[in-house]
Amino acid sequence: MASTESQPIVIDEPDTSFAEMIRATGGPNIQSCFQCGTCSGSCPAGARTNYLVRLIIRKALLGLKEAVISAPELWYCTTCYTCQDRCPQEVNPTDVIKAIRNVAVAHGHMLMNHRKTAAKVVETGHAVPLDKESWQKLRASVGLEPVPPNASGNPWAIEEVRKITKVSGFEKLIGYEELMKAEAEKAKKKE
Amino acid sequence: MAKPKFFHFLGCIIPHRYPSIEKAAKLVFEDLGIELLDMVGATCCPAPGVFGSFDRVTWATISARNLTIAEEGGAPITTGCNGCFASLWDSAHELKEDEELRKRVNENLAEIGREFKGTVEVTHYVDVLVYTAGFDKIRKKIVRPLSGVRMALHPGCHWMRPRALKQKDDSERPRIFRELCETSGAEYVPYRDELICCGAGGAVRTADIKVSLDFTRQKFDSINKAGGADIIVTPCPFCELQLDLGQVEIQKHFGIEYQFDVLHVVELLALAFGHDPDEFGLKTHLQYMQRKSEPALDRLGLSA
Repeated sequence: MASTESQPIVIDEPDTSFAEMIRATGGPNIQSCFQCGTCSGSCPAGARTNYLVRLIIRKALLGLKEAVISAPELWYCTTCYTCQDRCPQEVNPTDVIKAIRNVAVAHGHMLMNHRKTAAKVVETGHAVPLDKESWQKLRASVGLEPVPPNASGNPWAIEEVRKITKVSGFEKLIGYEELMKAEAEKAKKKE
Repeated sequence: MAKPKFFHFLGCIIPHRYPSIEKAAKLVFEDLGIELLDMVGATCCPAPGVFGSFDRVTWATISARNLTIAEEGGAPITTGCNGCFASLWDSAHELKEDEELRKRVNENLAEIGREFKGTVEVTHYVDVLVYTAGFDKIRKKIVRPLSGVRMALHPGCHWMRPRALKQKDDSERPRIFRELCETSGAEYVPYRDELICCGAGGAVRTADIKVSLDFTRQKFDSINKAGGADIIVTPCPFCELQLDLGQVEIQKHFGIEYQFDVLHVVELLALAFGHDPDEFGLKTHLQYMQRKSEPALDRLGLSA
């Protein structure tokens, strides 16, 4: 018979600096959370997925950084701020989640689709670009100029965004060059 | 009195996917004697729940770059998008409150010869309509009241939340957006899930479209349970996309068919101000383009 002597199961190495990182951008009150669950009870994402704000905050306070930042459900929050408006402890749960997502991305946890959306802004100045002629025709059909006065018609504006995303480290963070290379190769193969 | 002027921040979805909203805004603001100025070279706001979730400093820098365009021009900004409003308003607020953030953002902006000074005011169309134009002036412009049209509302999230910070309305019992929409003469239809999110925000639509559409379905079912509505009105193009194109996507992913005409509040007002749907291109909503259908004009009392 196997020994019944209990061995601790290690889920994660507690990282006490994690809550500090979150506090810096997610607000000063994360430690005030008393686990009432108002956040999760109000959460439309939690009503249909395994995304539980209360659990994430508890784990964050315990320093279970890796478990928190690698969990796919972290990305089910639509940032509707209902939890933030209802939290009796002013924990600012939505801002906490956004701060945790920043830590997750900095540690390489970013979905491919999100990398592509981020790359669109670097490439075109817009997350939803004017990327087909049909969109220009749609504009013309409602009596507007085919190209709006935003970055779509002003390459200098895109250049400015490129400079910002280079100097801020964002291009590296999302692996912009690699993404563009992969896209170019994909286009080549199609030919 | 001098004509009020606002820099018109377009964002992405209005000019690139729902140009009818841009056109309707131009018609409505002109009718109300408010001038909209082009914001040349403005980019993505960038999306608050998306870029704010990826890297806060980059988000705030790109947003601040947009703010500097209006600061140079010396007029406040207005936008018809809850997401753009949140990015521009939140970043302006955070840059004023957080010195460390402002320092890092201005270091980044120095690369392109710009500086955030903190002098610009950020508004939503709703603010300009309610507080600059005012209900009295709007009511005087209503020449075609949408009497008898059943109107469900989707106020969305980021104009009024977080409540303590934005101080726009009571986010649990909002009334300002409703009052604005009711000037059109349409009949307000309350439904249980009016205040839940459309499901698109926070990078969820990009991460998992089915989860995102499940929010939308819940709203539609809730409206139907309340007796149904002829139109759904929202102050946000991303919500409009989710509620409008979302019907086509729900049909594809879940095999359920809904038939709602979805209007931005400026499209609703353009109709009530007497503009024909073709004047701003109501039929270009992506739902109609993809379904090869038309808006149910008879339900709006507009049939020829």
